[in-house]
Amino acid sequence: MNDLYAWAAIAVITLAATTGDVLLAYSMKRVGHVGELWQSHGLLAVIGRVLSTPTFFLGVMAMGVAFYSLLFGLSWGNLSLVVPASASLTFVANAVAARIFLHERVGRRRWLAAVLVAAGVALMAV
Amino acid sequence: MTFRKYLVLAGITVFSTLGDSLLARGMKELGGASLHNVTGLLLAIFNPWVTLGILLLLAFFASYMSALSWADLTYVLPATSLGYVLVALIALVFFHEKISATRWLGIALIAAGVGFVAAGPSLTPARPLAAQTAHSDGKADVLSQEAEL
Repeated sequence: MNDLYAWAAIAVITLAATTGDVLLAYSMKRVGHVGELWQSHGLLAVIGRVLSTPTFFLGVMAMGVAFYSLLFGLSWGNLSLVVPASASLTFVANAVAARIFLHERVGRRRWLAAVLVAAGVALMAV
Repeated sequence: MTFRKYLVLAGITVFSTLGDSLLARGMKELGGASLHNVTGLLLAIFNPWVTLGILLLLAFFASYMSALSWADLTYVLPATSLGYVLVALIALVFFHEKISATRWLGIALIAAGVGFVAAGPSLTPARPLAAQTAHSDGKADVLSQEAEL
């Protein structure tokens, strides 16, 4: 029973984390280069610009869902199952989502990296 | 810029790894959470391990947001995945845990993936937004634009 709960948590974590990552990446691209903005306008301007981006809060909410699912998942399953399994799936899901929603150019190099890391993370859990 | 870039990526790796480990430790201390005990789960943030873990995850979040402002998501995620290797090496060195052949293979695959993506461009110049900031890594981007097409 706990196994089923753990895998349900893994599915929710993956979905929420991918949604959150895509929304946050989108928001930060709209904010612009944080380091340069900090130098030219100061830290407060950076914070103000991040906080005035609506998609940032949606992203944080999705990350909150992922975070609390992780807490639930960790109490049902082992750290060595829940963290690598959800992380591994999130790498692949993010590569697909970044290509579709963020129009990032996911070339052979990045596909290979995402798949290698996902496979490696999965192997670490065996 | 390049040194700072790798510093931020290293920060993401270390903060998220330590944060996750501390959270796990705190949650194990508290025992199993259940759907019937949501208040207990919300109160979990007052456990010292969980509090420290959350502080580290906040540091992770700040550096992660910074990285996403100048690099692609598909670059940042694989580039910061050495944390899994870090956990295994900490277990090997400090807790004298045995690392199985499968796990060594996993470590090798992750390291290869990180090397692959880190050697490439951090920002692909496909989007109009990216074009404005591409100058920071201009040379690598132009090269990769040809290589990745």
